Amino acid sequence: MSASTTAEDPALHADTSNHADDHHHGIEIPHASMRDYVTGFVLSVILTAIPFALVMTGALPAQVTAVVIMGFAVVQIIVHMVYFLHMSPKAEGGWTLTSLIFTLIVVVIMLSGSVWVMSNLNANMMPQAHLESQIP
Amino acid sequence: MASRTIAAGSDAPVYYEIDEHPHPEGHSTMLGFWIYLMSDCLIFAILFACYAVLGGNFAAGPGPRDLFDLNLIALNTAMLLFSSITYGFAMIAMQGKNVRHTQMWLAVTGLFGAAFLAIEIYEFAHLIHIGATPQRSAFLSAFFTLVGTHGLHVTFGLIWLVTLIVQLGRHGLNPANQRRVACLSLFWHFLDVIWIGVFTFVYLMGMLT
Repeated sequence: MSASTTAEDPALHADTSNHADDHHHGIEIPHASMRDYVTGFVLSVILTAIPFALVMTGALPAQVTAVVIMGFAVVQIIVHMVYFLHMSPKAEGGWTLTSLIFTLIVVVIMLSGSVWVMSNLNANMMPQAHLESQIP
Repeated sequence: MASRTIAAGSDAPVYYEIDEHPHPEGHSTMLGFWIYLMSDCLIFAILFACYAVLGGNFAAGPGPRDLFDLNLIALNTAMLLFSSITYGFAMIAMQGKNVRHTQMWLAVTGLFGAAFLAIEIYEFAHLIHIGATPQRSAFLSAFFTLVGTHGLHVTFGLIWLVTLIVQLGRHGLNPANQRRVACLSLFWHFLDVIWIGVFTFVYLMGMLT
C-alpha cells in the first residue's frame, strides 16, 4: 500500500512541475531592444533641448514658457517610462502599472493639496499692506 | 447519450490547486524593486512639495536667478542622459550574453554618472562659497534637500554600479547578476526621471520667476 503511494509521488511531483512551467514563473527581465533605447534617447534629447532653449533665449513670455516646459517634462517622463523603464500594461502581469498609478494618485493628491493649503494659508497671513489690494 | 445527461445534470468539474507550485529564486525581485522605486518616488514627491511651498521664501537672500547657471545644468542633464543610453547599451550587451561589453558599458555609465556628480558638487561648493548655504533661507534649505537627495541617490547608484562590475568579473552573467543589472537599470533610469522634474521645476522654472 505504502509502495503504491510512493510510486505515485514522483508522478505527482512531475505534474506540479509541469504546472509551474505553464504558469511561467521565471525571472522576467524585460526584453530591451536597441531601437527602443535609441528612440527614447533621441526623443529625450529633443524634449530636453527645447525647454532649455526656450528659457535661455526667453523667446516666449514667462507664463507661456512655464506651461510649455511643464508639458515637455510630462511628455519626457512618459518617454522615459516607456522606452527606458519598459513600462507596459503587461509587465509583471500589470502590477507595475497598477502600483505606478496608485503612486501617481497619492503624489498628485499630496502635491496639489500641499500647494493649495499652504498658498491659502500664505494669503491669509499676509500683512495689512498686501490685503488692501484685495479689498474690492 | 450518457455524456449528455452528465453535462446537463452537473456543472463542469472544478479543480482547485492545493499544492503550492515552486517559485524560482528571485522571481518576484523585479516587482519588489519596482515597488521600492515607487516608495522612493513618494520621498521625492514630498521634497518637491516642500520646495513648491518654501521655494519663494528667500529671507531677503539670493533667489534662483542670482544663483543658477543654466549652462552648467544643461551640461549636467546631458551627462545623465548619456548615462541612460549607455546603460541601455549595457542591457543589450547583457542580452547578448557578452560579459566584457556589459562591464564596459556599465563602466562608461559610471563615468557619466561620476561626471554628473562632480558637476553637482562643484555647483554646491560654489553656492556655499558665495554664502548661499542651506541655512541662508527656506528656499535654499528646500533646494539643497531636494537636489542633494537626488545626488545622494546617484552616489549610491554609482557604488552599486562599481560593485556590479566587480561581481560580473568574478561570477559572470549568472541569473542573480542579470537580475541585479536589471534592477540597477530601473534605479538608474528612475533617477533620470526624477532629474527631469528637478531641472524643469527647480532650475528652469526658477529662472522664469
